[in-house]
Amino acid sequence: MTKMSGAQALLESLERQNVDVIFGILGGAILPVYDALWGNKKIRHILSRHEQGAAHAAEGYARASGRVGVCMATSGPGATNLVTGIANAYMDSSPIIALTGQVPTVGVNSSYMIGRDAFQEADIIGITTPITKYNYQPRTVAEIPIVVNTAFYIATTGRPGPVLIDLPKNVQVETAEVEFTNKIDARGYKPVIEPDLAKISEAAKLLAKAEKPIILAGGGVIISNASDELMQMSDLLMAPVATTLMGKGSFPECHPLSVGGIGMHGNPAANKLMGEADVLLAVGTRFSDRATANLDTFCPDAKKIHIDIDAAEIGKNIEVDVPIVGDAKTSLKILHAALTNKLHKNEGSAWTKRVKEAKDQLSPLLKEMPKDLLPKALLTELRKLLPENTIVTTEVGQNQMWSALYFKALKPRTFISSGGLGTMGFGFPAALGAKVACPDRPVVDIAGDGSFIMTEQELACSVTENIPVTVIVLNNSVLGMVAQWQRMLYKRRYMAVNLGKTPDFVKLAEAYGAQGFRARSIEEFQKAVKTALKSKVTTVIDVPIGSEEDVVPFVPPGCGLPQQRGDY
Amino acid sequence: MEVEKTKIISVLVENKPGVLHSVANLFRRRNFNIESITVGPTEQKDLARMTITVNEDEKTIDQVIKQLAKLIDVIKVEELEHGNFVMRELALIKVSVPSPKERSDIINCVEVFRGRVIDVSTDSLTVEITGTPDKIDAFLNLMKTSGVIELARTGITALARGAKSIRIDE
Ligand SMILES: Cc1ncc(C[n+]2csc(CCOP(=O)(O)OP(=O)(O)O)c2C)c(N)n1
Repeated sequence: MTKMSGAQALLESLERQNVDVIFGILGGAILPVYDALWGNKKIRHILSRHEQGAAHAAEGYARASGRVGVCMATSGPGATNLVTGIANAYMDSSPIIALTGQVPTVGVNSSYMIGRDAFQEADIIGITTPITKYNYQPRTVAEIPIVVNTAFYIATTGRPGPVLIDLPKNVQVETAEVEFTNKIDARGYKPVIEPDLAKISEAAKLLAKAEKPIILAGGGVIISNASDELMQMSDLLMAPVATTLMGKGSFPECHPLSVGGIGMHGNPAANKLMGEADVLLAVGTRFSDRATANLDTFCPDAKKIHIDIDAAEIGKNIEVDVPIVGDAKTSLKILHAALTNKLHKNEGSAWTKRVKEAKDQLSPLLKEMPKDLLPKALLTELRKLLPENTIVTTEVGQNQMWSALYFKALKPRTFISSGGLGTMGFGFPAALGAKVACPDRPVVDIAGDGSFIMTEQELACSVTENIPVTVIVLNNSVLGMVAQWQRMLYKRRYMAVNLGKTPDFVKLAEAYGAQGFRARSIEEFQKAVKTALKSKVTTVIDVPIGSEEDVVPFVPPGCGLPQQRGDY
Repeated sequence: MEVEKTKIISVLVENKPGVLHSVANLFRRRNFNIESITVGPTEQKDLARMTITVNEDEKTIDQVIKQLAKLIDVIKVEELEHGNFVMRELALIKVSVPSPKERSDIINCVEVFRGRVIDVSTDSLTVEITGTPDKIDAFLNLMKTSGVIELARTGITALARGAKSIRIDE
């Protein structure tokens, strides 16, 4: 037992969880924690320029590394500014810890302060209850170590997610005898890791008989580090692997059995083959509406096996034949063992021939380099320019969907995108977080002009804190994806999608002390990317593209995956 | 309330602030209406039991239960098996009493329903009735003619029949 303040107890507890970096912005109600950080050698504080940026950076850090990302803000507006980032992490199941200051529980004369609309008070516990896996408001110094331990345990285990700790200012200041233990306190929380063996054998029976099996890999495969097991499963079954947006990178997209992403803007080969399969093995996916499109025509002929660590995902969006609650890695391993000897590998089966044929005919590959600077050409070229271990983040909109279609992800945790919430402004701060987690690897944000403007202020953070990343702005001067919807679904009645006078992104970068290039041809683009990769400072590459480019093909809302339309 | 269709979910939760909020939030977000909810401490001081009645189909109930089970502060959750539980509701009913004749009629009724008169004034009676929601509905129906001034119902509370229990140490 040592006597210390709540702020010190918090930092000591974070250090015990191996936290080495916090992204944040301070203010009155969190000052005691910042004061305790003064002189701390173990934890680096990175000053974001907006709390949303801090939360996304924490998530980028978490998703690139598999470790917990931590962000911190003051009470009231600081805390509410974190909300978008917390909601994003919740939707994409990313382990982050959000620390917020809170007004004191007691004021002068021992009167209550919290709950009385004190200066900069916001009920962040109430606000974040539906978007956190759990949240805490410790009222005593002594409970801080167990709260922090449990917060990290909850954030990282089972289906990961954000946990918020709201620390009233007086609790940061008060001192008490504090005992540090490894204890956690969450008796109602028991994540299931090991799958039910009866279900595994049912699944094995289905798969052993399957003539046209397909695997759908979601973000759960990446979270559970199950890429090797996925590869072995695909290899054993000779099954093609399709991914969701969140699952992109779980299976190397250069592999002969990779058929790309499914969904509204999915790879037509993947969308088509999903409809032809007789058994679907879905791993770590929640069958989101953007991935499945209309459920009536989603894998209509397939028996469905669903592996997910979150029991509440089973049967939530679609009915399945064999539900398996368990960790993706563990379950795939056990399923693999149950299948070995039951199968003889058939490389030349009719199904594998069909897979190859569908890929050859339908995949949106660039056959030759076009003269104009088209997004598909840029992104195909970008793959050639970037080393395999490069971490790519995206913003939201057309830039994101073009990246999903044309930029092949080769390794897990190298493609980080806001899948569930679809948050414009996510990619750039997430790239900074990823770079902090993996300083030796290149990090590139593929952006749209509209999205980049939403969190562009983090250029100041990247330059000041020496976190060099590359931002490629696909600059179409419109809110492209919504413009596309208005073009295709609203009779070209363009309303509020024109960005008018967008800033000169080269000058903008320079104004922040970063470097900026404009690329008007593939050659200029190649040169700019090569320079950026060698550069020690953040680089913004502005690439003017046409404002009426579509992401095609496209499954219109309400239609099913097979009803994809548009020339590509 | 149609008791036949009503499903009763018994939930054992941590007895601490905020738990009711997260449970209620879960129902609100998915637009599930709660017919009634009762909360109180259990034989274990740090645990509370929530008895929630809902009028939803099997599939919805299944989702509700899985989502409830997912909440960190929920220790255990179970749908009480149809016909295999005991349930009670308590109602306090204030009825107006225009004349002495009606007063004795009401008191007779109360006796038939094994209720109790717990407060009396010159022109009103307050009655306590315990039983199934059906029984309380039936009593209320009889009181219609006299006029119900005020009504407070607790909602259903229930336990599984026999020695079976949903406890933490199971
Ligand atoms: C914070 C936020 N606001 C609004 C939207 C709705 N939205 C989806 S895509 C999009 C346009 C994105 O424009 P831009 O970043 O320029 O990318 P582009 O589609 O042109 O590639 C908008 C407004 C969103 N996803 N996120």
